[in-house]
Amino acid sequence: MTGLLEVDGLSAHYGDFQALFEVGLTIEEGETVAVIGANGAGKSTLLASIAGLLRPSAGDVRFEGRSVADLGANHRARQGISLVPEGRRIFPSLSVTENLLVGAYTKRPGPWNVQRVLELFPFLAERAGSRGWMLSGGEQQALAIGRALMANPRLLLLDEVSLGLAPVAVKRLYEALPSIMAEGTTLVLVEQDIGQALNVAGKISCLLEGRVALAGRPEDFTREAIVEAYFGMAA
Amino acid sequence: MTWVNTVIQGILLGGLYALFAAGLSLVFGVMRVVNLAHGDLSVLAAFLSLLLVEHAGMAPLLTLVIVVPVMFAVGYVLQAGIINFALRTELAPLLATFGLAIVLQNVLQEAFSADSRGLDAGSLETSSIRIGDHIGIGWFPLLTFVTSVLVLLALHLLLTRTQLGRALRATSDDQRTALLIGIDNRRIYSLAMGISLATVAIAGVFLAIRTTFSPSIGSARLIFGFEAVIIGGLGSLWGTLAGGIVLGVAQAVGAQIDAGWGVLTGHLVFLAVLALRPNGLFPRTATA
Repeated sequence: MTGLLEVDGLSAHYGDFQALFEVGLTIEEGETVAVIGANGAGKSTLLASIAGLLRPSAGDVRFEGRSVADLGANHRARQGISLVPEGRRIFPSLSVTENLLVGAYTKRPGPWNVQRVLELFPFLAERAGSRGWMLSGGEQQALAIGRALMANPRLLLLDEVSLGLAPVAVKRLYEALPSIMAEGTTLVLVEQDIGQALNVAGKISCLLEGRVALAGRPEDFTREAIVEAYFGMAA
Repeated sequence: MTWVNTVIQGILLGGLYALFAAGLSLVFGVMRVVNLAHGDLSVLAAFLSLLLVEHAGMAPLLTLVIVVPVMFAVGYVLQAGIINFALRTELAPLLATFGLAIVLQNVLQEAFSADSRGLDAGSLETSSIRIGDHIGIGWFPLLTFVTSVLVLLALHLLLTRTQLGRALRATSDDQRTALLIGIDNRRIYSLAMGISLATVAIAGVFLAIRTTFSPSIGSARLIFGFEAVIIGGLGSLWGTLAGGIVLGVAQAVGAQIDAGWGVLTGHLVFLAVLALRPNGLFPRTATA
């Protein structure tokens, strides 16, 4: 059976430094997968490679059965791969509404539009005219997710959603994820917060120093096995 | 009342500087490239207009119907064919546009000689509205100013009300993230350069009616464009209008004091703004 996304033998470098070593990952349509691992494990590099921001040095990325390894990030976005990058990266000079509207640049058909996104994150509706740089961290993260949804992606990659946010803001964001999943969107979450990730993910892939140390359904592993794969040593 | 008239003439001249500088500001805002060929491209537009006047018998202002789209296409092709390949380092686009300026000057000189030319708009150039004994507003400078404001307004609406405008601003804010939402940066850059040269084509034709031009005048014009952009604030369209007006008024007031002081006064005001407000009078307020 062919997955929506297949990552096969993926290696990636930053100059001389190798960040990923022959990573493999298969994601079926509608799944929610958490990629976990310690700082520097290669999680964000994996997402950047899937989204097309980083050219892998070896291996292949197939989306809907076709290789997208040679496509740039903008072409992958047009095919339905959206990345919410670490640090939110909203457009500071655009208003909340404009950030959402420009998110629909690819004009992909689907359930998401400005109204649906503002229903998902009602607190953004109150700031609709505010410039992006005026928002709080939690509001910016919601806006970044909303902007990605506006492209009506089939695969949504979320990089460190909870990083640097207050617990109440993280809770609001995670409460929105089931609504996104309910639309059939396939999710890949990169998280350092294992607890948050395991609450929503049906599958995990744990990276350790650029290699897959553990992969499968969370219920198939003991807490000790996950911690060992996460840190590379027994708890 | 003489001084009031001087300031009015300065404001009208400033509108033309703003029109000339708007494209420079747009290109810098979107791709952080300073187009050193901007002035020479305005001269190219003037010569295109001259060709149409001389060989097709068109009125100078009517030639805009052809010159503007042609310059848009020139800008698009120039960006897609040359400058996009020089964007990997900060210095390369500067060298590429500098080289283009040299090539343009030489090609124009070869084709049209070094002689100064002008476009004749007939009585439009000399007729004016008299207000009392001391104030006279020329129809052509007024038309130039109104055209400048309308072009800037059109650019403003394009940037704020259309998806292309939002994509231009998003690319200006964060090129890498713009890629993630499907924006093809290189196409956006090419469109920005096309729009930039469409506006400079209008400025080039108006300048050619207002004063004489020759193949080598582009670099001198580029300085005024730079000054207007920097006085107003880099990347700010309405700031560019304000910068153009400040520069125009400074030159007019300087020239009123002494005929030889006009350009010098403009430069001095530019230096004063640079020293006191390095980000210009109306810098973009958004910060990453």
